[in-house]
Amino acid sequence: MSKDIYERFYRSLYRIRRVEEEIARIYPSDKIKSPVHLSIGQEAVSVGVCEALRPDDVVFGTYRSHAYYLAKGGDLKKMLAELYGKATGCAKGKGGSMHLVDAAHGVMGASAVVGTTIPNAVGYAYALKLQRKDTIVVSFFGDGATDEGVFYESLNFAALKQLPIIFICENNFYAIHTHLLRRHRDVNLCERVRPYGIPAERIDNNDILKINERMKGVVDLLRAKQGGPFFIECLTYRWKEHVGPDDDFHLGYRSYEEARPWVEGDQVGRLAALIAPKDRERLETQVEEEVRAAIAYAEDEPFPEARELLTDVTGE
Amino acid sequence: MDAIREATDQEMEEDASVVVFGLDVDDPKAIQGTTRGLAEKYGPERVFGTPLSEEAMTGAAIGMALAGLRPIHIHIRMDFLMLAMNQLVNVAAKSRYMYGGQVHVPMVVRCMIGKSWGQGAQHSQGLHSFFMHVPGLKVVAPTNPYDAKGCLIQAIRDDDPVIYVEHRILHFQKGIVPEELYRIPPGKARVLEEGGDVTLVGISYMLLECLRARRYLETMDVHAEVIDPIWLSPLDIGTIVKSVKKTGRLCVVDNGWTTCGASAEIVTRVIERLQGQREVVVHRMGYAPATCPPTPSLEDLYYPNARTIASAVYDLVKGGRNRWLPEECEELQEMEFRGPF
Repeated sequence: MSKDIYERFYRSLYRIRRVEEEIARIYPSDKIKSPVHLSIGQEAVSVGVCEALRPDDVVFGTYRSHAYYLAKGGDLKKMLAELYGKATGCAKGKGGSMHLVDAAHGVMGASAVVGTTIPNAVGYAYALKLQRKDTIVVSFFGDGATDEGVFYESLNFAALKQLPIIFICENNFYAIHTHLLRRHRDVNLCERVRPYGIPAERIDNNDILKINERMKGVVDLLRAKQGGPFFIECLTYRWKEHVGPDDDFHLGYRSYEEARPWVEGDQVGRLAALIAPKDRERLETQVEEEVRAAIAYAEDEPFPEARELLTDVTGE
Repeated sequence: MDAIREATDQEMEEDASVVVFGLDVDDPKAIQGTTRGLAEKYGPERVFGTPLSEEAMTGAAIGMALAGLRPIHIHIRMDFLMLAMNQLVNVAAKSRYMYGGQVHVPMVVRCMIGKSWGQGAQHSQGLHSFFMHVPGLKVVAPTNPYDAKGCLIQAIRDDDPVIYVEHRILHFQKGIVPEELYRIPPGKARVLEEGGDVTLVGISYMLLECLRARRYLETMDVHAEVIDPIWLSPLDIGTIVKSVKKTGRLCVVDNGWTTCGASAEIVTRVIERLQGQREVVVHRMGYAPATCPPTPSLEDLYYPNARTIASAVYDLVKGGRNRWLPEECEELQEMEFRGPF
């Protein structure tokens, strides 16, 4: 891999990590009026996937939305303004952290209800195929979504119509606090997906380079109209609590020992080590400046005016 | 049913982004004929039958709408929408708002209410009030062929999700339907019959029973003004208020249960507008507060009909309990109401 690519990946990873850390820092001040589901530890999946996409490709996601929103090119200032509930937020302060959207950059939104955007992504892919476009769709969801019936209904229809969609399961093992092993008798998700006629593979170590390489392979096939859909299960790990800025190892549903290999295999640190210190410092300075400016923007922008309460309920 | 087919066909011809799907839309029965010939004419990509996956297919309709299509998703019973409530309530209704106006969801959900022939518990429900409750959804329940076409065209072209409520029996209504494309705009009710004694609002199939009831009432020199709301959301309360201001009496007959239903909504809004200005007496009728029984002896009691409506309205007008129930008139059972409007 070239130096440029490492720098791109590192920049994106570091940027997401720093944004999330800043959110965690600001959160106790109560300036952020939105429940935050931080992506710290899971950035590699978002970046590895989105770096294989074109700007006009489209992603749908989950309430743990910050990482893929940023990785896909969602506007950082508008994201932070949204978390602050400001009028210039990406959803004018009406969506919050769980419903980040940036349609111009192919971030089509997220749901607070697990599994909900999966069929939306499938329908979008159906439209793209009908419209004879070569754009593709990525559906991000967690292992929790594989408990939901709509996941299987969606796989079936996507396979039936051979749609240009990639299902990315970010398996962090937990649906809130309940481990996959306590929710399924057989936890081999790929084996569950294959009978639908969908090629499925697992990447088990959160390796951004491997995720990206496999994504590029699959994206090339979809662009060439060879096959689709595809399913990739990416094992990863959430460092922070399910919702909120803190650690939660004291709760007892998981141990730090379980987290340790994932923390030691941190992809932000791994990529940092692949870049010359001088370049790294330059990148980090740029990101810090951008994040600082975005926070200042979110702090300074006004709240929505009263008339916004009833705006956009319907089109007329 | 021809009006629905014609509207769909003409809109598909006008606009390549219109797609039609649902369980059995391309089968030999073609949704009681409302989709007949469309698959042959527009091909299997634009007209297709689906797996029995109401939630995923509703979610897919939303995704298609986000990508610029105008999907029409058809359910042969409204009861089946219960499988799709998450997508309808949490996504379709909310996307425009919770994404700050960046997106909109132009989709039509056609769904049918069944009645009689033993439809029973899960083939008979009129659940339109569930959808009226949720901001962001539009709800329409046309009662005649002219409106069926105009409302469907409006629903297809509308940039918001529209729940298009059909009634199985109304599919057999006859009436003049213009060939050209026309729209019945949201939020406009229609006064079908004028009268000075009482305002009678009928929803979906019950509008037909209200028109019959009006004829029974005429024999007792009671004159009912009959209003078809057409659109339940947005609701044209102004037209109903204007009528009640004149008559001082309001009876709303819903094709559904009364508790927390469309009838409760209409009565409340009328009272809110007229209290302190006009003495008003009100009455509501709808499904009996039970699960729909298939046996005819109980089913007959379950639904309001022209005679029971006439009887109740007579009491409303005369005051007290008069125990008047008109003799059944065969001629009225055959009654159809005709356009053009």
